[in-house]
Amino acid sequence: MTELVALDPLPKPKRDILPLLLPLILAVVMLPLIGSPSSWMTLTVASLAMGMMIFIMASGLTLVFGLMDVLNFGHGAFISVGAYVATLVLLPLATWVQADSLLTNLAVLAPAAILAMGVSGALGLIVERVLILPVYGQHLKQILMTTGGLIVAEQALYALWGPQIIPLPLPTSLRGSFIFGDIAIAKYRLLAMLVGLAVFLAIQITLNRSKIGLLIRAGVENREMVEALGYRIRRLFLGVFMVGSALAGLGGTMWALYREQVHASMGNELTVMIFIVIIIGGLGSIGGCFIGALLVAMVANYGGFLVPKLALVSNILLMVVILMWRPRGLYAVTNR
Amino acid sequence: MMILSGDRPRSRILSVLLLVIVVALAVTPFVFPGAKAMNVATKICIFAALVASYDLLLGYTGTVSFAHTMFFGIGSYAVAIALYAIGPSWGAVAAGLAIGLPLAALLALGIGLFSLRVEAIFFAMITLAVASAFLVLASQLSWLTGGEDGRSFTLPELLRPGTVFIPKNVLGTAITGRTLTYYIVLVGSAAMILGLLRVVNSPFGRVLQAIRENRFRAEALGFRTVFHLTYANCLAAVVAASAGALNALWLRYTGPDTTLSFAIMLDILLMVVIGGMGTIYGAVVGAAVFILAENYLQSLMGAASTAAADAGLPLLPGLLHPDRWLLWLGLLFIASVYFFPTGIVGRLREMARPQAEG
Repeated sequence: MTELVALDPLPKPKRDILPLLLPLILAVVMLPLIGSPSSWMTLTVASLAMGMMIFIMASGLTLVFGLMDVLNFGHGAFISVGAYVATLVLLPLATWVQADSLLTNLAVLAPAAILAMGVSGALGLIVERVLILPVYGQHLKQILMTTGGLIVAEQALYALWGPQIIPLPLPTSLRGSFIFGDIAIAKYRLLAMLVGLAVFLAIQITLNRSKIGLLIRAGVENREMVEALGYRIRRLFLGVFMVGSALAGLGGTMWALYREQVHASMGNELTVMIFIVIIIGGLGSIGGCFIGALLVAMVANYGGFLVPKLALVSNILLMVVILMWRPRGLYAVTNR
Repeated sequence: MMILSGDRPRSRILSVLLLVIVVALAVTPFVFPGAKAMNVATKICIFAALVASYDLLLGYTGTVSFAHTMFFGIGSYAVAIALYAIGPSWGAVAAGLAIGLPLAALLALGIGLFSLRVEAIFFAMITLAVASAFLVLASQLSWLTGGEDGRSFTLPELLRPGTVFIPKNVLGTAITGRTLTYYIVLVGSAAMILGLLRVVNSPFGRVLQAIRENRFRAEALGFRTVFHLTYANCLAAVVAASAGALNALWLRYTGPDTTLSFAIMLDILLMVVIGGMGTIYGAVVGAAVFILAENYLQSLMGAASTAAADAGLPLLPGLLHPDRWLLWLGLLFIASVYFFPTGIVGRLREMARPQAEG
């Protein structure tokens, strides 16, 4: 019997921290350009909150793509559906929303968000079974099918709720801002940031510390190998798809409250931003998606403050710059 | 080198169908001189050319672009802005074309070089982003484009409806500048479609099909796939911009809603899928079927909606309302991608094939 010799531990993969520093660098560079620290602080918090919301909406899309090579052009539909479903709870219980007590407000917000997530998740199940399963592995048809799904969902929302914009006022206790000295931080943005961080941490912990997460990461790296080891990756994929749709619904609810209105075309409008985010981040990468969302939000907020005209195309410019630097996004997923 | 391609419709029913469409379009000003019929006929011509150029991308190279309306809009806006700024002269039309077409080609080149190196899905996302940015720009730069209101302009004397060549009492229908514009649109679109048919049946078109079937293998055979894809993208963009210019000449107006909106992009997608991807003929059939349905079925839907409302049925009036036209179209779209991926033309050819062999 030969004894096993303890080999040297595998070399640790080099951590690529430059993209991580990017939002930080951007924020620091912007401080002197903006001049006043108080407006800088307000803008930074605004971009963090916006970035977190975009991340919540985009995370499902990038994971689904990374895992199964499926790009859902109809992802925006889940966002609008989530927002509309939330109004089903928030509008009838308007008295609770208007009550000046944080607990009452949260008692109505939480079920609204959970219902929105549930309905979008269930819709995700239907979409995956009906639209994506039949054309699995064919990119061209996937794009066409899911685009068709987006049209149908948007039009169904118009048919059910009518074409008008539904106003959705923020709960009373979440209006206004906390004032520190001359820095004002909107309360709702703080809440959005906290929820976004919680989602990010939950995803990170699930991906890095659980068996399911291990399988998902392995699937992103090499799908066939995971299948060969006997795991039913289709079922795993369905789960990821549903969670991604549910998160889009949550993001849609938060975005609707942020804008204080709901409209059937909101998902369509956000889709473009979400696509830019996941392209910047590297298709399939959660960390990249997080940084991409922050960068897009920062450029939108700082750009809107400094050069309002430029803000119209700032996302595209950001994408061009990032792709010049790293043609496959900040964190390229290895096998693509 | 032949000027026309040897690619026949390859189905008797399809040949008859195409003949009917072409003859109907050619005689429209005499047989159906009403404003609505003329508008429908012109829209069919322009969209047939536009959809054919899109088919060059979608059907022959297998890349999905969401920026086709952007090129359509560039051609349309270039002519509109030139006629608005310089005044109604042929020089202005020429200037518009001289600026618009190269601009479309350059932009297509930029997007192509930037995003066609990697997967098709990347290209689809980037074109979507660029097109939406362009739409925002066009509706915000109001000093140039007129913003949301768009630009109305006057045509050169020869094309105006007021110019009467042959008065009404000679042929039964007055031949005016409007009729001349219609025939310019018809001939221009036909020339573009025949040109595209020639392109897809050239060796270059074969390479595009090879890339669609297996890009890796095409590359292994020694074709520079990025070059071919980018070239096809530029060609499609120039044709789309020309179709846009014709559109501007007919409407005497250019605005975001008539050229750039996402709804038009969806219309193009629907027409190409319903007609048949990768056939070019499908563009003509798809555009004709779709636009006729859009203009004449919507009133039917309106009647059904009112009937459902009168009968007191729940939900149905909303679902059948003419504004929900896109809902049914979307369902039709999904169904046709799923059940008839080859479209009308593909179906007709499949039906014709066993007869030809047997």
